[in-house]
Amino acid sequence: MTAGKRGALLGLVLTSLALPAGAEGARGDMLAGSCAACHGPEGQSPGAIPAIAGIAAEDMARLLSEYRSGALEGTVMNRIARGFTDDEIAAIAAYFAALR
Amino acid sequence: MTATALTRRHLIGTALAAPLVLGRPAAAAAGARVAVVGAGFAGASCARALRRIAPEIAVTLIEPEAQIVTCPFSNLVIAGMAEIGSVSHGLDGLRAAGIEVIADRAIGADAGKGKLTLAGGGEVGFDRLVVAPGIDLRFDAIAGYDAAAAEIMPHAWKAGAQTLLLRARLEAMADGGTVAIVVPANPYRCPPGPYERASLIAHYLKTNKPRSKLLVIDGKDTFSKQGLFLDGWAELYGPLVEWIPVSQAGSLLAVDPAKGEIVTEFSRFVVDVANIIPPQRAGALAQTLGLAGEGGWCSVDPVSFESLLVPGVHVLGDAIIAGAMPKSGFAASSQGKACAHALAAVLGGEAPQAPSFINTCYSLVGPEYGISVADVFRVGGSGKIEAVEGAGGTSPRDAGADVRRDEARYAHGWYASITTDIWG
Ligand SMILES: Cc1cc2nc3c(=O)[nH]c(=O)nc-3n(C[C@H](O)[C@H](O)[C@H](O)COP(=O)(O)OP(=O)(O)OC[C@H]3O[C@@H](n4cnc5c(N)ncnc54)[C@H](O)[C@@H]3O)c2cc1C
Ligand code: HEC
Repeated sequence: MTAGKRGALLGLVLTSLALPAGAEGARGDMLAGSCAACHGPEGQSPGAIPAIAGIAAEDMARLLSEYRSGALEGTVMNRIARGFTDDEIAAIAAYFAALR
Repeated sequence: MTATALTRRHLIGTALAAPLVLGRPAAAAAGARVAVVGAGFAGASCARALRRIAPEIAVTLIEPEAQIVTCPFSNLVIAGMAEIGSVSHGLDGLRAAGIEVIADRAIGADAGKGKLTLAGGGEVGFDRLVVAPGIDLRFDAIAGYDAAAAEIMPHAWKAGAQTLLLRARLEAMADGGTVAIVVPANPYRCPPGPYERASLIAHYLKTNKPRSKLLVIDGKDTFSKQGLFLDGWAELYGPLVEWIPVSQAGSLLAVDPAKGEIVTEFSRFVVDVANIIPPQRAGALAQTLGLAGEGGWCSVDPVSFESLLVPGVHVLGDAIIAGAMPKSGFAASSQGKACAHALAAVLGGEAPQAPSFINTCYSLVGPEYGISVADVFRVGGSGKIEAVEGAGGTSPRDAGADVRRDEARYAHGWYASITTDIWG
């Protein structure tokens, strides 16, 4: 094994530890998986779409609920947030909060 | 294979950490091997997500290209708004994520024995095989349009040399020339892609060769984001762009590259630059392995993406018919991640959870004029992938210039995010 590979593995193990444990974690990872396409890996956006890494669970849940209801208006987030239930929003919020 | 010993050692290192990860029964999956064919949007997303979710599973990725040149944003290269390097991605990020990447082409597989055969003579053992080969262009569908004709009338529907060829032909054309884009009937890769291409070529012509004309000769009467595109063309390009639906000119019958001729049922066009987008089918490997059904596309279980024809083989991305999901890079990546969850569960001896998908296709109608279609998908009562009702839809038709500018910026943001997520 090359040093580079070992370094990569170590990095991988460390980030993995930050994921929430249990079936809830897997569910959060499934629900939040496609957010990364716009918001970047683990919510760390490299470009023009806002980063969502490090948003606390209650703030994330509130933002998504407000996009869903229309209280908050975006270009695309309203169309996306309307696809998730309260329970799913809670799982997504917990997932991102645990990545902090 | 010499890589086996290395892979085993990988496993020991990562298996220790696995029980902490998602509380999954890692012991059951330890030692399991997944081989993934194709490092495009679907395959690379699947391989990478699987390493993250289940580091105790060894993942081997087979891809002949050293660099993935993406179709998304290749329309900007054609229009001279971006360099080809900005849409090219190496595979080192995937290697750094702990994936064994083999630079070769898969040519056959024995799913029962768990063996994949490579063009270079090697073999890769697997417990589960993921096939994500993208599309093949059908060079048997249009009289006169074969691989040689595509060197004169490029398709540019696989990015790379073809993208640069179409760019070069547009640059060589004199002002006052006629360009035609011929669009196939559904289903094909990227439903709004031809219309984004038309938009950006129109932008190039208007800016550099304003006496020219662009014909969009369509195999359909309706298309993705139609109202938004037609509004945008009228506003930005006026009579420079002309869309010709199939009810007007009829289906494409034949082309003659030497004469620049395009023949449809009711018309004949002679043009200076022709971009022929031919009908398509699942990539050749899907046909070889018996994964494709009638029409040339693959059918899969919507939760696990396991082939309905060959057990133990999962198929992803443009190669499959995925219910209501379109053939897009975003959809392919979303499917790759869901499949990784299913593989981790199945190899760990558990039932896969219900998947959740998103797709968004941004299109640039002009450099500062973006539009989008977005949807959230679940497996519905019909047992097929369906769009969640009440969610999704297209950008509003009455939005102002500020919203179009924001969406153009976000289109670039999307490209930066998804390519970093997959290959970064
Ligand atoms: C002009 C254009 C614009 C587009 N714009 C967008 C957009 O804005 N947004 C969007 O979401 N989508 C867009 N798309 C669609 C997107 O390109 C595809 O949906 C996406 O590439 C599908 O991913 P895939 O992994 O199925 O196939 P691909 O990305 O094509 O990947 C398949 C990979 O498999 C490899 N392969 C094939 N056969 C073998 C074999 N036998 N052995 C090993 N490797 C093999 C290939 O080399 C390739 O790298 C666009 C497409 C076009 C043409
Ligand atoms: C198609 C791209 C896209 C996808 C997919 C997407 N977002 Fe967004 N998101 C945006 C954009 C763009 C904004 C800015 C608001 C707007 O214009 O809609 C945003 C804004 C947000 C915000 C507000 C950020 C802030 O600082 O105010 C949150 C929170 C958020 N998104 C969460 C999510 C979550 C969670 C997911 C996955 C379920 C998701 N997004 C999926 C594009 C996307």
